[in-house]
Amino acid sequence: MMTRSIQCPVPVPGAPLLEVQEIRQAYGSQEVVKGLSFGLAQGSIGCLLGPSGCGKTTVLRGVAGFEPVTGGEIVLNGASVSRPGFMLPPEQRRIGMVFQDYALFPHLSVADNIAFGLHGMNRQDKALRVAELLEVVGLPDSGRKFPHELSGGQQQRVALARALAPCPALLLLDEPFSSLDVELRERLGQEVREIIKQQNTTALIVTHDQHEAFAIADEIGVMHQGVLQQWDSAYNLYHQPASRFVADFIGEGVLIAGTALNGEQVETELGLLKGEIPEACRDRRKVEVLLRPDDIVHDDASPMQAEVVHKAFRGADILYTLQLSSGQKVLSLVPSHHNHAYGEKIGIRLEADHVVVFPCA
Amino acid sequence: MKRHGWCLAAAFIALLIIVPLAVVLASVFSPERAIWQHLLEHVLPGLLGNTFRLVVGVAIGVTLLGVSLAWLTAVCEFPGRRFFSWALLLPLAMPAYVTAFVYVALLDFTGPLQTGLRELAGGPVAFPPIRSAGGVIMVMSLALYPYVYLLARNAFLTQGRRALEAAQSLGYSRKAGFFKVALPLARPWIMAGLMLALMETLADFGTVAVFNYDTFTTAIYKTWFGLFSLQGASQLASVLILLVFALIAAEQFSRRGLRFTQAGRHTRMERIVLSGSHAWLASGFAAVVLLVAFAIPVVQLLVWAEKVVAQDFDARYLGFLWHSLLLGGLAAALIVVAALVLIYAQRQHDDTWTRAMARIATLGYAVPGPVLAVGIVIPLAWLDQQLIGAARNWFGIDTGLILQGTLLVMLPAYLTRFLAVGYNPIDSAMQRVTRNLDEAAHSLGVSGLAMLRRVHLPMLRGGLLSAAALVFVDVMKEMPITLMTRPFGWDTLAVRIFEMTSEGEWERAALPSVALVLAGLLPVALLMKHTEKS
Repeated sequence: MMTRSIQCPVPVPGAPLLEVQEIRQAYGSQEVVKGLSFGLAQGSIGCLLGPSGCGKTTVLRGVAGFEPVTGGEIVLNGASVSRPGFMLPPEQRRIGMVFQDYALFPHLSVADNIAFGLHGMNRQDKALRVAELLEVVGLPDSGRKFPHELSGGQQQRVALARALAPCPALLLLDEPFSSLDVELRERLGQEVREIIKQQNTTALIVTHDQHEAFAIADEIGVMHQGVLQQWDSAYNLYHQPASRFVADFIGEGVLIAGTALNGEQVETELGLLKGEIPEACRDRRKVEVLLRPDDIVHDDASPMQAEVVHKAFRGADILYTLQLSSGQKVLSLVPSHHNHAYGEKIGIRLEADHVVVFPCA
Repeated sequence: MKRHGWCLAAAFIALLIIVPLAVVLASVFSPERAIWQHLLEHVLPGLLGNTFRLVVGVAIGVTLLGVSLAWLTAVCEFPGRRFFSWALLLPLAMPAYVTAFVYVALLDFTGPLQTGLRELAGGPVAFPPIRSAGGVIMVMSLALYPYVYLLARNAFLTQGRRALEAAQSLGYSRKAGFFKVALPLARPWIMAGLMLALMETLADFGTVAVFNYDTFTTAIYKTWFGLFSLQGASQLASVLILLVFALIAAEQFSRRGLRFTQAGRHTRMERIVLSGSHAWLASGFAAVVLLVAFAIPVVQLLVWAEKVVAQDFDARYLGFLWHSLLLGGLAAALIVVAALVLIYAQRQHDDTWTRAMARIATLGYAVPGPVLAVGIVIPLAWLDQQLIGAARNWFGIDTGLILQGTLLVMLPAYLTRFLAVGYNPIDSAMQRVTRNLDEAAHSLGVSGLAMLRRVHLPMLRGGLLSAAALVFVDVMKEMPITLMTRPFGWDTLAVRIFEMTSEGEWERAALPSVALVLAGLLPVALLMKHTEKS
């Protein structure tokens, strides 16, 4: 059992830590963040997810204090840290940051890198804290090494340890896994989540990779063109997407045309579906229905037939792209022992108890 | 507010080169008819002819030597190849004016070679005169070929062999491949090296002075200190600077190609193993070049120095040494600070204006020393007159010259001339200090001076050291600026060499030369270390 060198303050779960209120950010005359709001409670891990260029990194750098806001306000720990005309410098915000390229100091050893942000501590306490963090990130014997002697994954952990060392109130991670290979990504994602949870830290991560987001975050905000589309749990993003963009960006699926019958029923070429119909669309308006690959199951006995136009083998399953007689394409996830050839017609059946409906554009 | 400070500092440094250039160029537009008439009729035709012969001759000489040696050591295999690869850089340590006086002494009519030949023949021998265009061209080519060698070798190493493989796979012989592929691919690098060598040629003062071969630099000196016509010197300087501009334009033009060639990793390829006589021919060629350009002059210098050391190594000599070291050290410190200011200005405020200031400020390497000396002394002399007048009118004191003949003239001239030398290594070191590193330090609560001390200085240390070393050595070897603007009594090693060689006292010039060659070995060692790494 190791003695803790410094006691990081234990968060009060549920108490608000970060509040981002209607912020706007711009590069020159181009506005890249257009009135964005979300909040993070102490001890939770939030994630901004979106395609490149959506403005997510700008928001993160705004929270860190590297970029100003042109509108709105950022409140950290109850204090206003950014608003138009004011920006508390990053070094006074008690944040820790893990950079995309790690930004480890090449002239310092691993231990010195981790100790870099430990101000006003004596040598012994510093050494203890460094040893503790090396232990936490699973590199107990690497303190004397230099960054270039480590693998990418190891450098990543050192960057995390360095950011965590001064007990930041908020840990910020900018695309932290993008320079690692895919296999390492998800594993490290889970590891990082465990470390953050163990250190009782609140974290905000930015990524374009939804699997990474799912692996690490409690709450995820999907961003598109500077606007937050939805701030929710991974489950809800998948099953209750709030916009077409979220539906399209998260997971796989297709939108098929339908006609709203009443408050909760939609007629489609695949049959009658249940779902919540937006107020404006009732009385036989045209709508679109989101069908996930698991909403359509393969059933040889079904009278409904569709042609295999594409297949992607995924080990346990095969993801089929099927064409209905109308020309509409749908996706279906089928156990992989049902191996059908291109052009073959196979039986399908709807198995969706509740679908998401969007009004026609 | 803070940002304005950086920009102003950058602009001030840029001003140090803009003002002398403007002063010199202004004399083109306000020619004094009498002086201009004289120059046009009696001086310029000869100078232009001499300069043209020199530039063309050196261009041919350095290209032939540099490219052939680069090709041999980069692509071929022959006895001693490894040794010659680095040893052929050694002539960079020799100031051209030192090589020059050694060969003038050895090959002149009264020198040991001609005297020996006459004794053997028992009468007069036909020997080409060393104090001629051919002599200057030979010595300058030997001193300056390493520029071409270095860059061409780099080009051949990174792509020559692979290009040759491709050519061979398409049915060309190796020899045909060299001319068809490798040489055209390396052209931008060869041109860049050639331009460096030619700029040195135009700026050279010491070598042509030894040979009594009049070019613009020596003419400026003679007009200024012989005829005491600063105006005339300025007119000549303006013509020289126009020639330099033409050369820069040519260089920019030749660099266009660099963009299209990538410096990717070179694949391992078998070297072309030269057989029998060819191999020995290659070794012999490299050995002769190394012998003539480095070994013979060095040995001769040592022999001479040994002869005079007992008599010459006295307090006065220590004075020369001290002045050289002091000036080199002051200039190195000044230039490192100025380069840091320019680099930080760009980092803080990266816009076209600051970048333009940095570009202008580092242009000085192309401006020959005599031009800078003239361009700086003219405005300072004017300022001196104002100050003296003011002192007399207001305080009734006769001050004498205030600014002229002080380090206030010399150091700005050095700064302008060698800023690029110090700027480049620091700038490339700064490239490694990414913005993310700054932000990482910020996010860990370290900023301002603490960041400078804990992050920047340790990471820049290598760059700062090589910048200081390179400037230090360049200033020690510098001749014309030192000669024309030094405070009274401030003789340096280079000035001593100039004085001894202009009196034909070759042996006594050897002692300070040995010190300069030793100092010159330092940057060459840095360069070798660098080339080995890449």
